[in-house]
Amino acid sequence: MKTFTKTFMAGALAAMPMAAMAEDSSDPIVIPIHNWSSQIVMSHVVGQIFTGMGNNVEFVTTDSQAVYESVRLGDVTLELEVWEGAFGASFRTALEKGGLHDAGTHDAVTREDWWYPMWTKEACPGLPSWEALNDCASVFATPETGDKGRYLDGPVDWLKHGAERVEALDMNFQVINAGSAAALWAEIGAAEADKKPVVVFNWTPNFAEAVWPGEFVEFPEWVEGCDSDPSVGVNPDALYDCGNPATGYLKIAAWDGMEGKWPAAYKALTNISFTNPQIAEMAKLVDVDEMEPEDAAAAWLEANGDVWMGWTK
Amino acid sequence: MSSISTDVEDEGFGGLSKIRVVQVLLAVAVLLTVAKPILPDFLIRVPETWVPPFAVWLDAGFNFLIDDLKLAVLTRWIAEGPLEFMLDTTANLLEGKRRWPFIGPTPWTTIAAVAVVVGYYLGGWRLALLAGGTFVWTALIGQWKIAMQTMSVLTVAAPLAFFIGLGLGIAAWKWRSVDRAIKPILSILQTLPFFTYLLPAVIFFKVGPTAGAVATIVYAIPPMILMTTLGLKKVSPEVVEAGKMCGCTKFQMLTKVYIPAARTEILVGVNQVIMLCLAMVVLTAFIGMPGLGAKLLAMMGSFKLGRSFEIGVTIVLLAVMLDRLSKAWVVKLPEHHEKGTPWWKQHIYLVAAIGAFIAFLLIAQVVQVADHIERSQDFSKGKEIDGLIKGFLNIDAVQAFTGWWRWFLNVWVLIPFRNSLLWIPTPAFILAIVAFAYYLGGKKPGIYAAVFFSLIALSGWWDRSVITLYAVISAVILSMFIGIPLGIFASRSEKWSKRILLACDTAQTFPSFIYLIPAIMLFGVNDVAVVFSIIIFTTVPLTRYTIEGLRTVPLELTEAADMSGATKSQKLWSVQLPLALPTMAVGFNQAIIFAFFMVIIAAFIGTQDLGQELQKTLAGTELGKNFVLGLCVSLMALTFDLAIMSWAEKRKRALGLG
Repeated sequence: MKTFTKTFMAGALAAMPMAAMAEDSSDPIVIPIHNWSSQIVMSHVVGQIFTGMGNNVEFVTTDSQAVYESVRLGDVTLELEVWEGAFGASFRTALEKGGLHDAGTHDAVTREDWWYPMWTKEACPGLPSWEALNDCASVFATPETGDKGRYLDGPVDWLKHGAERVEALDMNFQVINAGSAAALWAEIGAAEADKKPVVVFNWTPNFAEAVWPGEFVEFPEWVEGCDSDPSVGVNPDALYDCGNPATGYLKIAAWDGMEGKWPAAYKALTNISFTNPQIAEMAKLVDVDEMEPEDAAAAWLEANGDVWMGWTK
Repeated sequence: MSSISTDVEDEGFGGLSKIRVVQVLLAVAVLLTVAKPILPDFLIRVPETWVPPFAVWLDAGFNFLIDDLKLAVLTRWIAEGPLEFMLDTTANLLEGKRRWPFIGPTPWTTIAAVAVVVGYYLGGWRLALLAGGTFVWTALIGQWKIAMQTMSVLTVAAPLAFFIGLGLGIAAWKWRSVDRAIKPILSILQTLPFFTYLLPAVIFFKVGPTAGAVATIVYAIPPMILMTTLGLKKVSPEVVEAGKMCGCTKFQMLTKVYIPAARTEILVGVNQVIMLCLAMVVLTAFIGMPGLGAKLLAMMGSFKLGRSFEIGVTIVLLAVMLDRLSKAWVVKLPEHHEKGTPWWKQHIYLVAAIGAFIAFLLIAQVVQVADHIERSQDFSKGKEIDGLIKGFLNIDAVQAFTGWWRWFLNVWVLIPFRNSLLWIPTPAFILAIVAFAYYLGGKKPGIYAAVFFSLIALSGWWDRSVITLYAVISAVILSMFIGIPLGIFASRSEKWSKRILLACDTAQTFPSFIYLIPAIMLFGVNDVAVVFSIIIFTTVPLTRYTIEGLRTVPLELTEAADMSGATKSQKLWSVQLPLALPTMAVGFNQAIIFAFFMVIIAAFIGTQDLGQELQKTLAGTELGKNFVLGLCVSLMALTFDLAIMSWAEKRKRALGLG
């Protein structure tokens, strides 16, 4: 199948007028891959588009936070998934230091917030309202938290301010920080069999939606200034008395030297934009259909020619 | 029996006897603790204004190295020049990366066939089966490509670690000054948490296989240096005399006399290098090491337990295979042939290996499965194993069991223990540690403990260090309840010793990351899961050295005990255990070092200790802070290491065990 796609793409691309192509350097464009499926497949999708344009592409596995330093230094050429919530801080730090820039924003929006798998609703029917959640806090109690409910937040370095929110909204919950995304999945996975109610940090687009259907808890809606001005929001004396923005950005970052070195590929990169369903589809090919990421990318490209063909023009 | 348990020799301090000094230290510590409510604040915790900006100084140092000395230019040249060239070559040959020499990928059957020949040469059919079987498993389970990506880095990193280690070992043996300079650096390297290697590796050597290779080399080198020096020191004077009489030059002395005579130790060093290289396979994936580790992280990120487990099995098989092969190589003595034996007969195994290679290379040209296994053809049972693991964790009895332990350990043991450790004022804590180190090890370890823990107090990370230490102590104590009885049981028979030791090898080489998920699924994200995942690691050396210690008790002594009519338990408690104790202490020490290693990894479960802060520094470029945190871990580990090892040595001497 792979060879088929390659020939298919080569044919499709040869038909296009591409004067800029000759200017691209023959050095490999280095694309980082991290440890979640949608990012891996998306990287392969973009990599295969670049390959089709005649570029050399190489993939390198890196930590998703440490990668910004590598993009800045030019060791890695670009980063396809810059999540506002999770990586915004690292991205901004790197922007200030210089060496990389914002090369576009996906259509996809991201949301990161308190989340529960569907079965939780049986134990706490008032959900998704946060007040209802607070009323059944005891359902979420564990030995360590006493009679308070337990909320498993993301790793501290994701800066989710779960504890501050509990404080600001005077909720009867204790916030525990997981150490990694894998820890969050393990916790949901462990609760699955007995349909034990849990409330954890989660985000979308994400493979977990396909594995465990669930919903976000509806907190007081995000208003600008909620994280900087105490008077904004339901509690006049506290920050973080609201939910996270329901439409965070998903950006693309590129090394400053990319445009000069691979102008055609860079131009294509700035045209790239994926939507939430497309990203979910990519994740599903790997997480549910058990395909290898390379094959998943090829399959996606084959099925969605109308989406990406325009980007390379 | 009492003559065996001689007291540790008394070395006083300023006219006071040792016990008295310990008593005074502890008394002051207790006094400070009891008086906590009336103590001034600066005696409870070091005030923040007193904390010197170590991180800023270190950052300045690094900036000086990078910007002014242009060290990064040199290291980057090494990384992008020779190192990358070597890595690209092996990557092309093994997995077919598009780089010079554009020959690869080598068909999997050829590698498996050569492995069989090598295994047979070194250890007969059993090793041939192990070596061949490992590669066949890897191919059939559908992990060939990623396994070869890993191997392509290791085949560069391991030999480099060997040669650099050998060179430094020889230098340390030749010049005392080198030896003295290198020893403390090695101790720190061996205890520094791996998170601290990663950032400098990325900054100086570029993210990717190069940084992965460098971090692996740095991690694997210390035992090679130590074993080389040890081996060269042990070369008997007679051998040296003989070499001199033959009129060897200095270089000949080294290559023809010393190194061959130190062969065994050097090969043990090789074995250690290989094992440590494999231990880094998963951790280096954070900085661009391709292959098994990267795939494992991706699998765990999407909650695929089954396929993570399969990757773990591959890593264990590779490790056990390379371990057994290199150990067989240690035992195997060089063969000498009669004059006039034809060339092919002298090198029969080499000929066989080349023959097998060519044969399978030809077969692979025609038969696709002999060349590579496609995704649809492999035997991966990821989903089924997923089901099994989840099914096991869902058994009500298992859940009731873990639920009870979670409640008991958290509420009654771990949380109170942690809170009480945190409650103790800093000076009292330091005094207690010093008393412990002094009592066990003597003056020197005592002084080191004082200096090291004071530094930690001044680092500004005291509370987090205490939480780290709390997890380590809890895990080591709990694993003593498992490891020591298991070791005592196993040591009773040859058969069980072997079985348990194999289990130890497996547990040790199984990537520690895989433990994290079941730990969370069993106990949830809390300290019990953290301690549980550490226990798996720390039980191994405790069991291993208990077996080792008990089985090496001199036979005369156990026979003497039998003759004087000791019961089984009397013999155990009064003869065997006291004699085995120094060896067991080595295991205890290793358990502590392992615990410090694992507690940092447990940050991925969710902790509030140094590991969590270290994990955070990965995001940015806070090299200085990263090193301060790493050194805190290292200093704590070294304090225990110095005290326990010094005790074990003294004890061994006192018991006449050499």
